[in-house]
Amino acid sequence: MAIDCLVLGAGQEVGKSCVVVTINGKRIMFDCGMHMAYNDHRQYPDFSRISKSCDFNNAIDCIVITHFHLDHIGALPYFTEICGYNGPIYMTYPTRALAPIMLEDYRKVLVDRRGEVEQFTSDHIAECMKKVIAVDLKQTVQVDKDLQIRAYYAGHVLGAAMFYAKVGDSAMVYTGDYNMTPDRHLGAARIDRLQLDLLITDFDFHGICLVFQFTFCKCYNSEIEYRNSLFIDYAAAVSDTVDYIIVSYLISLPCPEMEALAFGLRSTYATTVRDSKYAREREFLKAAASSVLHTAVASILSFVVIIVVHKCVAGGGKVLIPAFALGRAQELCILLDDYWERMNLRVPIYFSAGLTIQANMYYKMLISWTSQKVKETYNAFDFKNVHNFDRSLIDAPGPCVLFATPGMLTGGFSLEVFKHWAPSEMNLITLPGYCLAGTIGNKLMSGNPTIELEGTKIDVRCQIHQLAFSPHTDGKGIMDLVKFLSPQHVILVHGEKPKMATLKERIQSELGIKCCDPANNESVCIPSTHYVKAGASDAFIRSCLNPNFQFLKSGSEEKSVSGSKCTEGTLPLWIKDERVAEGILVLEKSEKAKVVHQDELLLMLGEKRHEVQFAYCCPVNVDELEKFTTTSLTPTARMLRDPNKSSLIRLLVAKLSRKLSEGNIQDFGEHLQVESFHLSVCLKDTCPYRITNGLEDKPRTAFFCCTWSAADDKLARKIISAMENRDLVET
Amino acid sequence: MKFTCLCQGGGFNFPPCHILNVSGFHVLFDCPLDLSALTVFSPLPNDFYKAICKENSDSQNRQKVEKPLDANDLIFAEPWYKTVNNLHLWNVSFIDVVLISSPMGMLGLPFLTRMEGFSAKIYITEAAARIGQLMMEELICMNMEYRQFYGAEESSGPQWMKWEELELLPSALRKIALGEDGSELGGGCPCIAHVKDCISKVQTLRFGEEACYNGILIIKAFSSGLDIGACNWIISGAKGNIAYISGSNFASGHAMDFDYRAIQGSDLILYSDLSSLDSTEDIDQSSFSDDNNNWEELMNSLSNYDESVEEMEKLAFICSCAIDSVKAGGSVLIPINRVGVFLQLLEQIAIFMECSSLKIPIYIISSVAEELLAYTNTIPEWLCKQRQEKLFSGDPLFAHVKLIKEKKIHVFPAVHSPKLLMNWQEPCIVFSPHWSLRLGPTIHLLRRWSGDHNSLLVLENEVDAELAVLPFKPISMKVLQCSFLSGKKLQKVQPLLKILQPKLVLFPEEWRTHVSFSDVTSFSVSHYSENETIHIPSLKESAELEIAADIASKFQWRMLKQKKLNITRLKGRLFVNHGKHQLLPENEPGGSSQTRPFLHWGSPDPENLLAELSKMGINGSVERCMTDAESEDGFTVKVQDPEKSMIEVRAAVTVISAADKNLASRIVKAMENILEGI
Ligand SMILES: [Zn+2]
Ligand SMILES: [Zn+2]
Repeated sequence: MAIDCLVLGAGQEVGKSCVVVTINGKRIMFDCGMHMAYNDHRQYPDFSRISKSCDFNNAIDCIVITHFHLDHIGALPYFTEICGYNGPIYMTYPTRALAPIMLEDYRKVLVDRRGEVEQFTSDHIAECMKKVIAVDLKQTVQVDKDLQIRAYYAGHVLGAAMFYAKVGDSAMVYTGDYNMTPDRHLGAARIDRLQLDLLITDFDFHGICLVFQFTFCKCYNSEIEYRNSLFIDYAAAVSDTVDYIIVSYLISLPCPEMEALAFGLRSTYATTVRDSKYAREREFLKAAASSVLHTAVASILSFVVIIVVHKCVAGGGKVLIPAFALGRAQELCILLDDYWERMNLRVPIYFSAGLTIQANMYYKMLISWTSQKVKETYNAFDFKNVHNFDRSLIDAPGPCVLFATPGMLTGGFSLEVFKHWAPSEMNLITLPGYCLAGTIGNKLMSGNPTIELEGTKIDVRCQIHQLAFSPHTDGKGIMDLVKFLSPQHVILVHGEKPKMATLKERIQSELGIKCCDPANNESVCIPSTHYVKAGASDAFIRSCLNPNFQFLKSGSEEKSVSGSKCTEGTLPLWIKDERVAEGILVLEKSEKAKVVHQDELLLMLGEKRHEVQFAYCCPVNVDELEKFTTTSLTPTARMLRDPNKSSLIRLLVAKLSRKLSEGNIQDFGEHLQVESFHLSVCLKDTCPYRITNGLEDKPRTAFFCCTWSAADDKLARKIISAMENRDLVET
Repeated sequence: MKFTCLCQGGGFNFPPCHILNVSGFHVLFDCPLDLSALTVFSPLPNDFYKAICKENSDSQNRQKVEKPLDANDLIFAEPWYKTVNNLHLWNVSFIDVVLISSPMGMLGLPFLTRMEGFSAKIYITEAAARIGQLMMEELICMNMEYRQFYGAEESSGPQWMKWEELELLPSALRKIALGEDGSELGGGCPCIAHVKDCISKVQTLRFGEEACYNGILIIKAFSSGLDIGACNWIISGAKGNIAYISGSNFASGHAMDFDYRAIQGSDLILYSDLSSLDSTEDIDQSSFSDDNNNWEELMNSLSNYDESVEEMEKLAFICSCAIDSVKAGGSVLIPINRVGVFLQLLEQIAIFMECSSLKIPIYIISSVAEELLAYTNTIPEWLCKQRQEKLFSGDPLFAHVKLIKEKKIHVFPAVHSPKLLMNWQEPCIVFSPHWSLRLGPTIHLLRRWSGDHNSLLVLENEVDAELAVLPFKPISMKVLQCSFLSGKKLQKVQPLLKILQPKLVLFPEEWRTHVSFSDVTSFSVSHYSENETIHIPSLKESAELEIAADIASKFQWRMLKQKKLNITRLKGRLFVNHGKHQLLPENEPGGSSQTRPFLHWGSPDPENLLAELSKMGINGSVERCMTDAESEDGFTVKVQDPEKSMIEVRAAVTVISAADKNLASRIVKAMENILEGI
């Protein structure tokens, strides 16, 4: 049994996630993303590798989409409408609701604004969506008789899910992008402890989920910044009240340090602050921080954004927030709207036409998929300060905040507004963490003061703020998940090879789990679990479930657990409950294999058990025995006159317990027992088991009749050797 | 396995209640309240003075003479709530699991969870739990009015509970209050703390989510279509699957449809959809034989949309009656009953008003309405296909969101809300609790409009209208009674069961005459009746065991020729996990890889034994032993060569006595060659 894993996209790269997995004959495509940096054939996964004849309906049993980001769903309409895949597609309810908006928005950007040839039409998107089956979290979906899938909450964006898939006894999880710590308006990823053969996890999801995610900060500006980011990570990991900790921590810092933390990543905000400004800044930040503290979804990120935005509008500036239709716009908007309420700000917040307020309707209906905090606030997404933007307002006087599409200033309305607002120092542009090379956003990030647009030069004098995250949470998050799930194998995708190498190494060395990071179009085959199925009889199950306690003498090798000394009288009793199940598997022609208890087997066969035992009447020299027991318990003379059985046994027990390392010798007075080995004093004149000749006449010889079953032969022979004093020779 | 029907219930608001004993666990299905019994209590008097008068006079008025009931026969006290009586015969601490199928099935829970010793795990779907909680809170809120009016209860229990008082009740009321056999009537209203405590013991589930109880039972809920969040259950264990089918609806206009495909292939079906009996229609029995196995036909007969069309027509009828009333200047009072129907009616009435260009306000007066309305717009996962499409196209799931925004619907927590008084306009259409006409704003409005022949009261058929309106008589208001589906129609029962392909079906005894299974051979049927325990045969004779490949690869098969069996010894650690038995390799592998058999059978023959021995270079002679009476078949082999030893063979045991362990083990080999063993 094996799981076959063909990586069609995001193999040792970032973008166009697409992995085709074959488990026990069932084939699932996880994600169907596009690469936004390419305009040629490289933007889509190479679907021809799935089926040479392009008969995708027979080649694939179902498609599973983790979330609505284009690098996870962008190629789906192409695959269904152009390539002709008609089978089932599974995604969560929010993804089903929001994906068409994403796709449509992207299509518009490409066609209407960049003048490119469209790869799929609006109708294609609509038709594609009709094939989708929406699923709920944790709902076990039976795709067909053998294939089962289940979605788990992944955080990241609204509706993002990790997917579990099981065929027969083999099971796997494909994560897509996820957050291991609660963040902004979403909760942290939640998954059950599952028995998995394979975990396919995205590596670089925080850094570059192409559209909205926030990049790594490649290097720290200062030692302090590094320490602070460590602190935040620590706080985020240990506490739910992280926001409180962060804000109070920030406030407690001397201002320059605080700014280094809050704005230092790539802000044009001054790194040196004049003394006169110092106190004012501090007051402002304090007020803002306490207000942020009370917003529903405060976090370090929201803190930074809100304060940067507030500072700008307070100074009369205009704020442009380029964003795609869904996701970041709604996230930031919840924060700003709430903050505006609390600070009683009257500066208008606008949504551009592409970012319809309609989208908020979706978020309202899907509120159960957001974080607990948002759920508890009655009317999140019911924005009071948000209005639709009109083109005529671009040059209107006074401050405002505008969310406009597209996200990376690739063209369209956000670029148009940018042209008007960039030359003023008062204004602010808040960029997403990641901007593709070649886009205006990217140029701004690299600190370009002049941008050339269609022949005209734009003198960028406005502030540029880029959203960022601290880097090392990612590796930790993945490690946490891998550790929690403890799969047999891990496959890393959606990351650049050199970056993944360290993590791969750690997973293998620290967790002892096999890990690989295949390149695009590479195929990996990993072995998978298989169980042999059999019916088990009640008697068998019962015999297994009965406690099988073994009371062990506490030997000298056991270390005192709590450090308290054990006195002679209170030797702890060590109890072991090893429930080793023993039974017999019976295979009858044309019948299902059955596991039975051994008694049942005999019943089935109509046979009676025939026991094979050993017996031996063992001669022991009493002198020897007494010599061995240095402190004689009874006078020899008396013992011979009155051959007291129990005193003989006691002597023997004393001897054996010194010589035997194994077995639990039980003294029953009249006889002794070690496992099945049974010994009693033999007073018969002619015992049938007394097969050694010539000892009867020897004086001072006692006989012990021993029986044991074949299973304990080894032990029995050792005991007899000890009794006959042959053990010294043998060992 | 055992099954006991505790109560067959009565319609939508009083679902059945059963107890199942499976794998050693007691599973309780639903814990409803019989709220129809509220009708024995008098609604709160209009004003205090009237009540004082009554207090003094009613004892004398009551006589043991049967006359037509009038309002004075009712009990003037804070109401008690009727729980499932047979449930009290069980020790609550024996209940391990409670499965709640609908918000209505949840209302009795606080009565159960507040009992000492209750420790069961409660499973409810997320939506049913939320709606059920709102219903409970509303009930408590309405009951509060009584408590404030009558004051706190005496410690000895209410006055009316005393036997002499109960004896005086007219027989019709006594029957409702005490049941057929005259046993007790539930208990006093729980408080908010009880509800909170009850909810804290609940584990909520989504449709299709697996909950694992004690590692042994896997419990899953699937939509029943009856109401939002209402569900059927599947309990699976190593010994098969059990499906519990509650009232189910194939095509709902609000809740997700009855997901019958999910319960396909269950071994046992506990059929508890009892509500359709009321709408008994004679069925053409001939169409249900095993010959009729055309799958498509069966499927079609189940999922035709006649039912939803019918339901929509009923709604339309209510709406048109309501419109007629308001046009004539009367007001309309619609007690809120089913959540789904309530939401649909809101939409429909708004459409009807739009069409007839009426501008009549719609009021919703309920302490929990605001929360309920907001909640129902955030649960696309629990709703029917058409509603989910609304999500996908970005429209609100229910129209009330828009209607409230447009101020066509007004929501108020209580009749005395100041905003309501400012807003109040008549004629109007009011939705408010409670359908029993004994609690909540309904009472006040009914008193206000009962004399107006243009006004309209909409009741469900399940409510005994005659008794319900008794305290409001004389009544000139129109009363419209309607019925909605509370379960499958009878004619769908057989095709459904045929599709589900169970091995065994437990069916209510009452239905024996209505649904005949005489022609069905593909599954067997047992009938159950109230308060009678049925023993259910084991569904599978053996539990499924999964053996790890590591163990399987080490099997040493032994062929038993005469029986045509292959057998092998099996050793490992048994895990009971997530409803499955798994045999995994031992912790210390290779420690004691016992290769020699230790179970033997067969009867050794002396000639064979000697032959085997001599093959190994052991020679001896056979001595029949005659002395022992019981070892008649026995014999002894005395070995001289290579060393003196002895083999004593009897019917069930062979004893080998040899000083040398090598010789001993060679003799054992020889024995094993002539015995069978493993
Ligand atoms: Zn993403
Ligand atoms: Zn002896």
